[in-house]
Amino acid sequence: MTLIEEPRPDNLVLSPVKQSGLAEQMKRGLDAPICLTWELTYACNLQCVHCLSSSGRRDPRELTTEECEAVIDELQRMQVFYINIGGGEPTIRKDFWHLVRYAVDHGVGVKFSTNGSGIDAEVAEQLAESDYVDVQISIDGADAETNDHVRGEGSFATAVQAMEHLQAAGFEGFKISVVMTRHNIPQVDEFKAMADHYGAQLRLTRFRPSGRGADSWEALHPTDQQQRELYHWLMDHPDVLTGDSFFHLSALGEALPGLNLCGAGRVVCLIDPVGDVYACPFVLHDEFLAGSVRDDGGFQKVWQESDLFTELREPQSAGACASCGHFDACQGGCMAAKFFTGIPLDGPDPECVLGHGEEAMDSVARAAVSKDHSRTTVVLGRKPVS
Amino acid sequence: MTAAAFDADRAYRLHEQVALRPEPFGALAYHYGNRRLNFLRAKELVTLVESLADHDSVQAAFDAARIDPRRWPSFERALASLAASDFLVPDAHDAHEGAAA
Ligand code: SF4
Ligand code: SF4
Repeated sequence: MTLIEEPRPDNLVLSPVKQSGLAEQMKRGLDAPICLTWELTYACNLQCVHCLSSSGRRDPRELTTEECEAVIDELQRMQVFYINIGGGEPTIRKDFWHLVRYAVDHGVGVKFSTNGSGIDAEVAEQLAESDYVDVQISIDGADAETNDHVRGEGSFATAVQAMEHLQAAGFEGFKISVVMTRHNIPQVDEFKAMADHYGAQLRLTRFRPSGRGADSWEALHPTDQQQRELYHWLMDHPDVLTGDSFFHLSALGEALPGLNLCGAGRVVCLIDPVGDVYACPFVLHDEFLAGSVRDDGGFQKVWQESDLFTELREPQSAGACASCGHFDACQGGCMAAKFFTGIPLDGPDPECVLGHGEEAMDSVARAAVSKDHSRTTVVLGRKPVS
Repeated sequence: MTAAAFDADRAYRLHEQVALRPEPFGALAYHYGNRRLNFLRAKELVTLVESLADHDSVQAAFDAARIDPRRWPSFERALASLAASDFLVPDAHDAHEGAAA
């Protein structure tokens, strides 16, 4: 038995766990999450077609500054090492920098995702000074054309400018994050060159059919051939971060570095702008809502005692994947991807590399789920009303 | 990059930017400087790591922790790997001179 697992230096990424002991521990859940995403606001100046949270407008019921501080106090007590702040565009919140400082002063590190619009030369310098703050710039293409097609006119220039500010300020190792789609997978080498140029770290993540991504998923998700290319590319580039998001590709051969399990409610969760706690950032749906930080007992009680999280930590059936020889590596893939494509949670991943996802999708009535999904986004007030 | 090889005759301590969080299997360790996460997969290892700063050498910490000598090699490998990723650093009150770069 090894006593230490040395992970890829990324969110929930752990080194390959061959002897499965640690993975089994993780499945039963931890006393506090390893990777907590907090979407501070759904307000955003962009309207990306794949946005997982269907961001646009601010929700009037957003947590107040005091409520956010109370959550941070709680995270400090639970020894959550760091939080990933996203949105929306988090820097739009007036108290954003205050909350970042508050978290850092309370021993909770911050990594925040931005489209770059909040990072001018001055901000970049302040960021470069703190070891406890990390920045992730999101782009979708390695050139303005590919990027702006998805994220809107001028967004590439904004992102590049932020990168230049960070580089000029001496901020080494900030993250450049790309959601992998049919259009940008051919550009992986260019993304890598870009990251190297800015002294940044490249982070590639999986495109999941959540939020607005549900509508564009069919047209934008990678082809089978692209999935294979990406798998080999990732194997050849172990320094590229993935947030452990491509473990369904491990069925193609040797397992990718990582824990190879769905961390939802076990090591991962999400707090949304109004304080609702979901099992992971990609399942913003009533079915995966565990509770609210506004409930009695706060976040800790939701994490440690909610019915949903307790259930997710129980042994799961391998279902339709039980007879698959790749189950150990693939684990049936991503719960969110299955849910939003209408596949039962114990079915194969929609992007199963053996092609079982296609069959599974064909055999379910997709309409039921998409209808349900849009109803929910309206109820939660998340969809920009136009 | 291991600037200096791990040496059980020297004193080490946890890097000041490393936080340990107890978990059922041992502890999670997070380094705020290089943003790496490590898993300490034995409670005895956690106790040992925490006690390093109180001893003049790793060997002395081993003796004090009453860990079965048969398990020393695996614990030493674990400590060496923690040192390699900068979670452990040579301690100032080391009898020998000079710190790792
Ligand atoms: S549901 Fe998918 S995205 Fe969420 S933790 Fe599980 S595998 Fe990851
Ligand atoms: S059948 Fe299931 S376990 Fe096997 S590769 Fe497909 S999704 Fe993964």
